[in-house]
Amino acid sequence: MALVSLKDIRKSFQLGEEEVEILHGVNLSVEEGEFVAMMGPSGSGKSTTMNILGCLDRPTSGEYLLNGIEVAEMDSDELAHIRNSMIGFVFQGFNLLPKTTALENVELPLLYAGVARGERHKKAKAALTEMGLEDRLYHEPTQLSGGQQQRVAIARGIVNRAPILMADEPTGNLDTKTSDEIMALFRRLNDEGMTIILVTHEYDVALYAKRILHFRDGLIIRDEINEKRRNVA
Amino acid sequence: MIAVSEVFSASITALRRNKTRSMLTALGIIIGVAAVIAAFAVGAGANKSIDEQISSFGSNFIMVFPDRPGRSTTGVTRYLTYDDALAIEKEVSGVEAVAPMINMAATLIYENTNWSSSIVGSTPEYSNVQEWNIESGRDINASDVRQGAKVAVVGQTVVDKLFSGENPIGKSIRINKIPFTIVGVFESKGLSAMGSDQDDFVLVPLTAAQRRLVRWRTAGRIGNIYIKGVSMEALSYIQNETEALLRERHRIKAGEADDFAVRNVSQMLEARRKTTTIMSMLLGSIAVISLVVGGIGIMNIMLVSVTERTREIGIRMAVGATEKDIRMQFLIEAVVLSMIGGTIGILLGVVAGYALASFTSAPPIFTLLSIMLAFVFSAMVGVGFGYYPAYKASLLNPIDALKYE
Repeated sequence: MALVSLKDIRKSFQLGEEEVEILHGVNLSVEEGEFVAMMGPSGSGKSTTMNILGCLDRPTSGEYLLNGIEVAEMDSDELAHIRNSMIGFVFQGFNLLPKTTALENVELPLLYAGVARGERHKKAKAALTEMGLEDRLYHEPTQLSGGQQQRVAIARGIVNRAPILMADEPTGNLDTKTSDEIMALFRRLNDEGMTIILVTHEYDVALYAKRILHFRDGLIIRDEINEKRRNVA
Repeated sequence: MIAVSEVFSASITALRRNKTRSMLTALGIIIGVAAVIAAFAVGAGANKSIDEQISSFGSNFIMVFPDRPGRSTTGVTRYLTYDDALAIEKEVSGVEAVAPMINMAATLIYENTNWSSSIVGSTPEYSNVQEWNIESGRDINASDVRQGAKVAVVGQTVVDKLFSGENPIGKSIRINKIPFTIVGVFESKGLSAMGSDQDDFVLVPLTAAQRRLVRWRTAGRIGNIYIKGVSMEALSYIQNETEALLRERHRIKAGEADDFAVRNVSQMLEARRKTTTIMSMLLGSIAVISLVVGGIGIMNIMLVSVTERTREIGIRMAVGATEKDIRMQFLIEAVVLSMIGGTIGILLGVVAGYALASFTSAPPIFTLLSIMLAFVFSAMVGVGFGYYPAYKASLLNPIDALKYE
């Protein structure tokens, strides 16, 4: 059974009087342990697909099975629970809480999972240590570099041991060197068994993935195994 | 679901991040709660002081005194007489006791000491009407009044001022140079609610006062009359009957004004109590309005805060916060804000209560109930005005919230 399975997913937005369809029936299946990069120009539907995959948004029609469970019909509380337990997020703009320490930021998913304070501290510390930030636990985002902030975000994404990590342009705000460091971290997490789905428009970044999906005009036009996979620099 | 205690500590952290704004927002509640506490404490204090006055005057009595003396056109009576008092006692029903009185100021001399005090000339009924008890010796009696005996019963203050430690009974003092023998001492009543010394007076027989002290030319003339009714309810009836009787006795024609005035003291105080109650209700409602205005301030700031923190809400939702979690977060923030305001307001209200009461001379009364009520009410303001912003926050779509710039 596939970890993620999309069948004929369509998504339309109301734009004034008009209804504009952005996804025209996306079909996709991702197995556990895969590292998938979604590529395409802006407006191609890759981010919308990502939002649906991440349960941040609902499809207008179609079927979305996550770990065999139908997600498309769930209410907002059930979706919140799925996001909390199944999915970790990493965003382009890091999306850390301002004026909040790295540790507290990483603890956030555990807080909503109802994990007790002491346990939260322990797990968050371990996740940050895994990202090489053991000496930055009590720094606030403004006191951290872009790469460090993104590593805090990744720590937050993995702290709950969710099976899937979704990253939307995770290197978009970073320089090449830091990008490579971040991508190396993704690769390591994937090697350890985590399923990773990545959105990017940079081919260099996509080359870290095992599989590349090309989006164009709301459809996947090519689905290829990445033969030129980049190794950790 | 996330534990409420976690939300509480998180909301305190969030409020700390915007200290100035949080304090300014809480200020509305602070002022509101302080005003509620102070208004009710001062009101309760004023009411209590009126209650004390009522009980110190005796609960149900009426005062009659001459009005516009010397301006009578008929040339008949311009003052009250002892016979007026006797007539009231005999003819008006519902009367328990009638005390005819003469009041004057005089200098008391005992050996080398002198003291200015007030003299009351009356009958044995006086102690009954004014509720005085004898501490030692005896009260004046009917035979003293009949004979015009030069005897006196003194208040505690007079004893203190003239006889330092000596037993005054049997001693002779001079009132305006006329010697009187002290036969008794009244029990102390202390200060009146108005702050005057009730124990600073001397009671002498009415006749002695008439003949020896005031020396009015008209026999039987007295100053005023105190009437004690059998009950509070009887007072209005007694007042009407007394007015009718005195008009008849003073031969006042229909349409002419009275040459005396009848005052129902309990009613006057009752009326004052009503006024203070109305005043404190008025102050209280202004205070409640300011609390509501404070609540609107909280709502306003919380709405701004929700907009400002849209991205934060998006992040929280992305990592698993439910709508209820978000709603709780903002609601508890508003409640914490208003409860902090409430606490400071209570402290400020106590201070303000004492400050205000220094003008009214009645100490404020703070009850646990009024403090609890103010606190609960401020928390309710937090819930009431925090709910809408919190609800609005929870309705955000995680995707839109995350993209919010």
